[in-house]
Amino acid sequence: MSQEILRVNNVSRIYETSGGSFGRKNKVSALDGVSFNLVHGETLGIVGESGCGKSTLGRIISRLDTPTSGEIIYKGNDIAKKSLSAMRPLRKEIQFIFQDPYASLNPRRQIGAIIEEPMRIHGMGKDERRARAHELLEKVGLDKNSYEKYPHEFSGGQRQRVVIARALTLKPELIIADEPVSALDVSIQAQVLNLFKELQDEMKLTYIFVAHDLGVVRHISDRIAVMYLGKIVELGSVEEIYNNPQHPYTKALLSANPRIDQSAKSTRQILTGDIPSPLNRPSGCSFHTRCPIAVPECSTREPELRRIGAVDVACNLVV
Amino acid sequence: MAEKLLEVKNLCVSFKTRKGVVRAVNNLSFSINHGEVLGIVGESGSGKSVSMSAVMGLIKDENAEITGEVFFNGEDLLKKSDEELRAIRGKDIAMVFQDPMTALTPVYTIGWHIREQLQLHSDISDKDAKARAIELLEEVGIPDPEKRVDQYPHEFSGGMRQRAIIAMALSLNPKLLIADEPTTALDVTIQAQILDLLERLRKTYNSSIIIITHDMGVVSELSSEVLVMYAGRMVERSTKSSLFANPQHPYTKGLMNSVPRVDRARTSRLETISGQPASLLNLPSGCAFRNRCPSAHAACTEQPTFISDSNGYGAACFLLTEGVRS
Amino acid sequence: MTRFVIKRLAAAVFVLVSISILVFLIFFATPGVDPAARIAGRNADQLTLQQVRATFDLDKPLHIRYVSMMKHLFIDRDLTSYVNRGAEVLPQLTQAIPATLSLVFGAAIIWLLLGLILGITAAGMRKSWVDPAIGIIGIIGVSLPVYWLGEVVNLITQGRLHATLFRWVPPLGYVPFTESPGGWFLALLFPWLTLSLLYAGIYIRVIRSEIVSLMQEDFIKTERAKGAGEKRILIKHASRMSLITVVSLFGLDFGALVGGSALLTEVVFGIQGVGRLTFTALQNFDLPLIMATVMYAAFFIVIANAIVDLVYAWIDPRVRRG
Repeated sequence: MSQEILRVNNVSRIYETSGGSFGRKNKVSALDGVSFNLVHGETLGIVGESGCGKSTLGRIISRLDTPTSGEIIYKGNDIAKKSLSAMRPLRKEIQFIFQDPYASLNPRRQIGAIIEEPMRIHGMGKDERRARAHELLEKVGLDKNSYEKYPHEFSGGQRQRVVIARALTLKPELIIADEPVSALDVSIQAQVLNLFKELQDEMKLTYIFVAHDLGVVRHISDRIAVMYLGKIVELGSVEEIYNNPQHPYTKALLSANPRIDQSAKSTRQILTGDIPSPLNRPSGCSFHTRCPIAVPECSTREPELRRIGAVDVACNLVV
Repeated sequence: MAEKLLEVKNLCVSFKTRKGVVRAVNNLSFSINHGEVLGIVGESGSGKSVSMSAVMGLIKDENAEITGEVFFNGEDLLKKSDEELRAIRGKDIAMVFQDPMTALTPVYTIGWHIREQLQLHSDISDKDAKARAIELLEEVGIPDPEKRVDQYPHEFSGGMRQRAIIAMALSLNPKLLIADEPTTALDVTIQAQILDLLERLRKTYNSSIIIITHDMGVVSELSSEVLVMYAGRMVERSTKSSLFANPQHPYTKGLMNSVPRVDRARTSRLETISGQPASLLNLPSGCAFRNRCPSAHAACTEQPTFISDSNGYGAACFLLTEGVRS
Repeated sequence: MTRFVIKRLAAAVFVLVSISILVFLIFFATPGVDPAARIAGRNADQLTLQQVRATFDLDKPLHIRYVSMMKHLFIDRDLTSYVNRGAEVLPQLTQAIPATLSLVFGAAIIWLLLGLILGITAAGMRKSWVDPAIGIIGIIGVSLPVYWLGEVVNLITQGRLHATLFRWVPPLGYVPFTESPGGWFLALLFPWLTLSLLYAGIYIRVIRSEIVSLMQEDFIKTERAKGAGEKRILIKHASRMSLITVVSLFGLDFGALVGGSALLTEVVFGIQGVGRLTFTALQNFDLPLIMATVMYAAFFIVIANAIVDLVYAWIDPRVRRG
């Protein structure tokens, strides 16, 4: 039976920025009351546009950032307020993969040393490290002699493989990947996505996959959380979200995505206006300024995420 | 048949570098008619952007060598002096680039930029130019244009900036608009707005558009014809519908299969193109794709010729010629 | 913009007050040191010490001492230096300030003009011999020490040739502008050129490399696509953007020079400026004078920085948001 590995409860993150006059601070609510759970071995895709808080959420779950309030229950323990040192043993189990494979590898170190780094930090012996590094290189589809090469000798796709190998060194259980393929060319992106899937089957990994590309998210995820301005507006299985979206934002997002197959070009819905800045979030339902079906009530009443049919939706009008 | 607006013949662009000669564009030939939209698709290093910079005379690198012919309205642009080209750039051929955040000089207002574009090619007073700028901003859907015209680029969101840049590019009613990844830096819902805007403006102005992109979806939304590039060469050219329904070149097929699709149920694996993109410094002999091609065979060590029909549609692959023979 | 100006000026006042407190504490509240003995100078008699204590309210609490000090400095302006036989401090300073300001202002104009003209020319003619030639001028400017160059200039203009070719050059020293504008100009001409040469060398190089890197930016590509000519792109776009860097660099250099870094030039050309005054004060351990010059230097550096920030906001709309 699948068991719960992570439960995120009402997590919020408020950033304070200077910029107000005479020391007054502006408050930016990057995440606002986000809740979801994750079972072992599944992939949750988090999708949304800029400013929706998807990256912040990824960073908070991996505790690269601390939530302002709320709980993050990992295997029964709340890690939301754990100190850096208390988090250390858990770093083995929760790994984070960044977007840019060019920036996340130290250019002056050999690939072998880069992959062994986490093992060294956790005190593994030299021979053991070396053997494991070779095993991992093979696993992510890189040549054995990559061990002695430097990052600049690799293309973007190969670098992202190195990054993945490094993330796997300590046998993690949960991997949080923030836009891991968006910097890659299409043909390479597919290879890396396949690698993610193979590794998941083989190592029983659980993924949180943050991305803006709806196709990528659809391909990799079991469940999807759609975010808009710091909130989850819809959460459900891939099939439900893509085939039968409920929230007007989800619908608009899917319809805005450029399609290869133009034969099915139906009523394409184009949202008007810009994405509001998280600095001044609209009142009530934050989507009401762009929502095609909004009614006056939406500007005052903030919808809760609630179960409707097979999905969770945060909309006043969906019944 | 309608007169060709732009005809590129055997365009080659190479750069001398310390590591050797980079052949960025190789024997590229294509044409575009009045009112047409051509999509040029390719991955990084395919030569799609470089070829258009060469057409515009924007390659300033002294290590670059450009050969071939580029006929625009019957005149060879590559033979023109920089001064003559300048008279064409911005007026007859306009360009929109990828990143709206960096494409405008930060110290000048949006109105200043549009006014500059107008005054570079026409005698128009400051007052009239500003009025025209407001008109243009309104046309591309910028709310409150009287106020926005005096704002600086940093006061505009990414999508609004790209609108303003498009307004500027279209201000002199160019015959051809070259858009280099115009929506890549934008969010999906904003991208849809910009694509919609380009489509609407094309109808009003009857400009031809060349849209350069890596995104098959964007091409499919906007263009009537598609040209696929790989490692500096055109590998396939076709109408949009036949390209997507029936791709000829193995690279085109691979590329389309490797895109994770929003409109298709997920499969356990994406079909992929194996290996890494060819290095322009060290291209394999013959077909540059053969190291990654699932149907490569002995003949592929020779360079395949581009087999085309009377419309210029076709592909550069031995599978086609052999198909014809058998 | 108005809000930005007000905010920036308020900040400048705040910084000045803070500096005055800090300087005061260093001089008058360093533990284990009797400030009276310091002010009175070496081997002062009891009477002088008492007099010092009375004038500076040294028996009173710290904040009253501070107020008293500021009063002597800015309101009564009667701060006297005991080391220098009771000479008043502020007249010395008010004589020195115009000299230094004249010297630095004039030199700044020359080096800014040279830096901009040659830097832009070098960047614009990168593919011809002009660029390396200007580069060599820059290197020469940077590598000639001011004191050496100044002495050489003096040797030529004040030496044997003074009788013939350079008869129009006045003897070393500063001539106040109010006394004779022509004399002021002639007396400062060679100090200006000498001081500006070093900075011109630096500014030429900074401006050139800034423009060269700006020419790679996307907005330059847009301008070319618009059909703008290279000259226009160079002047209206790249050079205009490079001013942002120039202004911030200039603020630092100008502040430092006015605050006393022009010492070498002042010494070589016999100008009684702030640098020289500070130097003498330090030699004699003349505490009131040091206090006054430090306050003065801080004042000008802070004012120069505030002005730079305002100019900065004027040339770069992105920082205007208050």
